Amino acid sequence: MRAFVNTVRKLFRTDMRFRFGVIALGFLLIFVLLSFFSPYDPRSSYYVPISRPPSLKYLFGTTGRGQDLFWLLTFALKNSLIFGLEVALLSRIIAIITGVVAGYRGGTIIDNVLTLFCDTFVVLPIFPILVFLRLVARGMTFSTLAVVLALFGWPWDARLIRAQVLSLRERKFTLTAVFSGKSIFDLIFSEYLLHILPIVLATTINNMLWSLGLEITLSILGLTPLDIPTMGTVTYWAIQQQAMVTGAWWWILFPIVFIILLFTSLYLLVTSLTSFINPQLRSINMREVGR
Amino acid sequence: MRDFLGFLKYFIKRLLVSLLVIFIGVSVVFLIPRLVPGANPAEMAIRRLQMSGAYLPAESVEKMKQALLKLYGLEGSLFSQYIRFWREVLRGNLGPSFASFPTPVITLISRSLPWTVGLLALTTILSWFTGTILGGIAGYKNKGVWIRVVEIFSNAVRPIPYYILALLLLILFAYVLGWFPTGGAYQIGLAPTLSWSFLKSVVKYGFLPAISLIIVGVGAWFLNMENLVSNITGEYFVRFARQMGLRDPIILKSYVMRLAMPAQLTGLGLQLGFVFNGTIITEIVFNYPGLGTLIYTAIMQSDYNLVMGTTLFSIVAVALATLIVDLLLPLIDPRIQYVQG
Repeated sequence: MRAFVNTVRKLFRTDMRFRFGVIALGFLLIFVLLSFFSPYDPRSSYYVPISRPPSLKYLFGTTGRGQDLFWLLTFALKNSLIFGLEVALLSRIIAIITGVVAGYRGGTIIDNVLTLFCDTFVVLPIFPILVFLRLVARGMTFSTLAVVLALFGWPWDARLIRAQVLSLRERKFTLTAVFSGKSIFDLIFSEYLLHILPIVLATTINNMLWSLGLEITLSILGLTPLDIPTMGTVTYWAIQQQAMVTGAWWWILFPIVFIILLFTSLYLLVTSLTSFINPQLRSINMREVGR
Repeated sequence: MRDFLGFLKYFIKRLLVSLLVIFIGVSVVFLIPRLVPGANPAEMAIRRLQMSGAYLPAESVEKMKQALLKLYGLEGSLFSQYIRFWREVLRGNLGPSFASFPTPVITLISRSLPWTVGLLALTTILSWFTGTILGGIAGYKNKGVWIRVVEIFSNAVRPIPYYILALLLLILFAYVLGWFPTGGAYQIGLAPTLSWSFLKSVVKYGFLPAISLIIVGVGAWFLNMENLVSNITGEYFVRFARQMGLRDPIILKSYVMRLAMPAQLTGLGLQLGFVFNGTIITEIVFNYPGLGTLIYTAIMQSDYNLVMGTTLFSIVAVALATLIVDLLLPLIDPRIQYVQG
């Protein structure tokens, strides 16, 4: 724990990316906490005059649906972050189990089969499949969507964990542990998990970037529960009600600014973390284009 | 002979992955409407009818349901449905579109496919080459001003969700500045012939979608290649080549880039699915008449068959394209034939 705090402190001092990421994310978290003090119900509309530009009374202006954009965004950011965390945690479970098993059984049939599955899921074009799923299951909630995304979001990270475990297995301490009678589970939980923790942390953030990007894309297409404010659905309503054409620029500007701030801070954190863990691992961020 | 056997082994393994992609993808698409509660397309269609206010007696609802079940291939046991589903997919029969009945889905797809393939091929090739070459230079040498600019730019663009980036470009260049049209593939009223004015219009309308894909693509390939090359540059054989007095361009081209190429090409193969998704989103944002727009209008009209057809088609297309990239790999990396697997 002490070492962890020291590392964070050192990263904060030496790495500009880390510093910016932490500060920006801290700012966003404070913003999220504000949602608990909101005077309005996030799902209601037409409680303030529509389409007012930003002023002291309405900090970010009001939407064309009569909502106070400032308070609406606090909820949207909270819901989006929760969604991202749900996907990340669930897919971490699959990734860790697959990665550790494949790595520990490296070279055997089990490993080959698992790697084959990883390769397959990496290639699978998930976006059309999600669109199809959403079409037939209109009533799907964000939590169910999170489960579905988790089922698709693990292979990249499982491969990384596998590679790490594969190299851990060759180390002397594995032999020592096995010869002194440690069971495999004990070995994995007490030794390996600690070693793969940094990678898991980095890939968690990476996974959030991916799932949040998909959430926003699906929402803007109108394929998520649109009455629940998320970063994506807020943008959806702005586009849907022609905010650009009617001149309500604040309605689309503020969501986009917050989206960019959120993604940039997460991205900076993950690049800083991965180059701290291992400079060679920087290429794990290769999943941008499809978002 | 040993070379050939090695290659065969590699080939079979890659083929297996592609077949598995198709198998899992098609099975998922088969299972979704059958396992998700309330997702039965026949019941959905009837519900839509009833919601529009039509009064239907119970027996005709039942009759209609039977007819629809048959039409959607939803009758019989799950297993026999599955077999039938595969037979139709393998035949390329994706059923009729409901919104533009009775045009077969496959006709609609083949009509919009050239636009998608054109956009995808052009932007992928352009951005892959540009990103790889610039990234190679950036990773090898201390950086000039321009390379620094590209690096900062790539890092800045990278975390932004693609949809948002495309939207920003659209707002800036089409709405605010008005330099480019807000959507479409060519000017309305022009006949799609090989005339000069038609081609000019295609370029003008395609510029914004293409440039958005290229910005993202170049950035991603640039960062990846820069990272690969800066790792290779530290190796002993590069230092040795330098001490031999080889000139930098030669070292970069024949020693460093050559070694990074397989990884970069593998990346291309793995990324293809994502690149494909990106193209779909581009088309939706810029209203470009390819597969993406087809999917989007199908969602809007709840055209079940069309969405399913495009999804199936995307899966097969991505799997085959990945296979082609994988098969090109041994031409560039001779080691693959010897390494087991």
